[in-house]
Amino acid sequence: MSNTNRILIAGFGGQGLLFAGKFLAYKGLTEGRQVSWLPSYGPEMRGGTCNCSVILSDEPVGSPIIENPDILMVMNRPSLDKFEPTVEAGGYIFVDSALIDRKVEREDVKAFYIPATQMASDAGFPTLANMILVGKIIRETGAVSYEDLMAGLKKCVSARHQDLMDANFKAIDMGYRYEG
Amino acid sequence: MSEKVLMKGNEAIAEAAIRCGCRHYFGYPITPQTEVAAYMAKRMPKIDGVFLQAESEIAAINMVIGVAATGKRVMTSSSSPGISLKAEGLSYLAGCDLPAFVVNVQRGGPGLGGIQPSQSDYFQATRGGGHGDYHMIVLAPDSVQEMASLTVKGFDLADKYRMTTMLLADGTMGQMMEPVSLEFDEPTVYEKPWAVTGTGCKREHNIVNSLFLKPEQLEEENLARYERYKLIEQNEAMWEEYMMDDADICIVAFGIAARVSKNAIVEARKKGIKVGLIRPITLWPFPKAPLAAAADKVKAFLSVELSMGQMIEDVELATRCKKPVHLCTRVGGMIMSPAEVLAKIEAIAKGDEA
Repeated sequence: MSNTNRILIAGFGGQGLLFAGKFLAYKGLTEGRQVSWLPSYGPEMRGGTCNCSVILSDEPVGSPIIENPDILMVMNRPSLDKFEPTVEAGGYIFVDSALIDRKVEREDVKAFYIPATQMASDAGFPTLANMILVGKIIRETGAVSYEDLMAGLKKCVSARHQDLMDANFKAIDMGYRYEG
Repeated sequence: MSEKVLMKGNEAIAEAAIRCGCRHYFGYPITPQTEVAAYMAKRMPKIDGVFLQAESEIAAINMVIGVAATGKRVMTSSSSPGISLKAEGLSYLAGCDLPAFVVNVQRGGPGLGGIQPSQSDYFQATRGGGHGDYHMIVLAPDSVQEMASLTVKGFDLADKYRMTTMLLADGTMGQMMEPVSLEFDEPTVYEKPWAVTGTGCKREHNIVNSLFLKPEQLEEENLARYERYKLIEQNEAMWEEYMMDDADICIVAFGIAARVSKNAIVEARKKGIKVGLIRPITLWPFPKAPLAAAADKVKAFLSVELSMGQMIEDVELATRCKKPVHLCTRVGGMIMSPAEVLAKIEAIAKGDEA
């Protein structure tokens, strides 16, 4: 299973979590991997917490449901509280430290703190904190390649939002280069 | 090979239906299948098709009956409580021998239930759903690709046998995105001399009807229908076998439960337990032949399903109870984990399961 990434992205509805997952899935697809993307679709997506599960694999994907992610990206405190215990030992947790006021308690995972919401706001694209975190995930885990980001973005940025293509690219890049 | 796109299962159904010639969609919104209707609402007006949000599920299925009577490809989609409302129409479609395509993206029940995935409409789907002696062809996709390709297959079977095909999916299949190829062969065109299309004063009237007050005639209709069903049972059963060659334990599962089971099988095999899967792709006709054959080879069966044990009855019938059939289940919108399936497999392998 070493060639499989199980990525769980969680936070509030409206933070672009499903989009972040869709980008990773599409990027994986353009790299020739098997992929699945599964959103939470319960009442939680109407104002509460929201998450999506992305699996990238060199093998056909079995169940699209993730019990134990090896990569967790969280953009609110309830999601960190809920999913921190589920992360596989040796896995990664990416925390938006502008929104979450506590540290990861586990010592058997690699934790990264990125003030993504603050960075996005300072950079003039306040809705793209999600993609800053995605950039950091790419840097630290190599789940997808940093090369040819546009190939993935072109597939998932809708026609209506073509003007945001460059901003998305910049946000990913900003996260990729963030040291911390 | 054509380029693959990422699509939600619900959207893949809608696009596949359009590509195989469906230009009439009638529906009423319900989670977790609303994307089918949303997609149709966007696309149909652009291709000279009809999208109509009816005032209720009952109205929608009756609109389906109307279009089906004219010989045009037509569909509706809903989720469990909505399908119950359509049950009367399903019976009328059968009684009129009309081809139609109906999608059920199941959620937990009974009653209004919940909105999370379920497979607890198995009985309803495989036993017809409404009143009277009849069947629907029931297809059970386990990937977004199959959501699309079984939609195309479903329209074809409906036309071929003049009956309803139901695509029986669940919330997970509807909501998840996976790569899908939408290149299909040209649809077969079936002659429909029975269709109500206007006589042009050149032929006798065609009558589409399910009312037969003479019992002799109604019996005749039923017997003729069951002759067709016999052909379908002989020719149209579909299934997938996974790691069955040397299996001692045979899991039977469809849809999302089959996906979870595959993970469990991989783990069980690492522990040296020989377990395989027979995945019914048609739930009616149920793939009896491979199960009967497996009953002579394996030591036990395990039915993995998101219901309190519905498909397990078909497994027992198909295998004539030659070997024990165990059950692994979660309900109400919960989905078993691969670990739960694995625990069952291990218990069966050790002989703990009675």
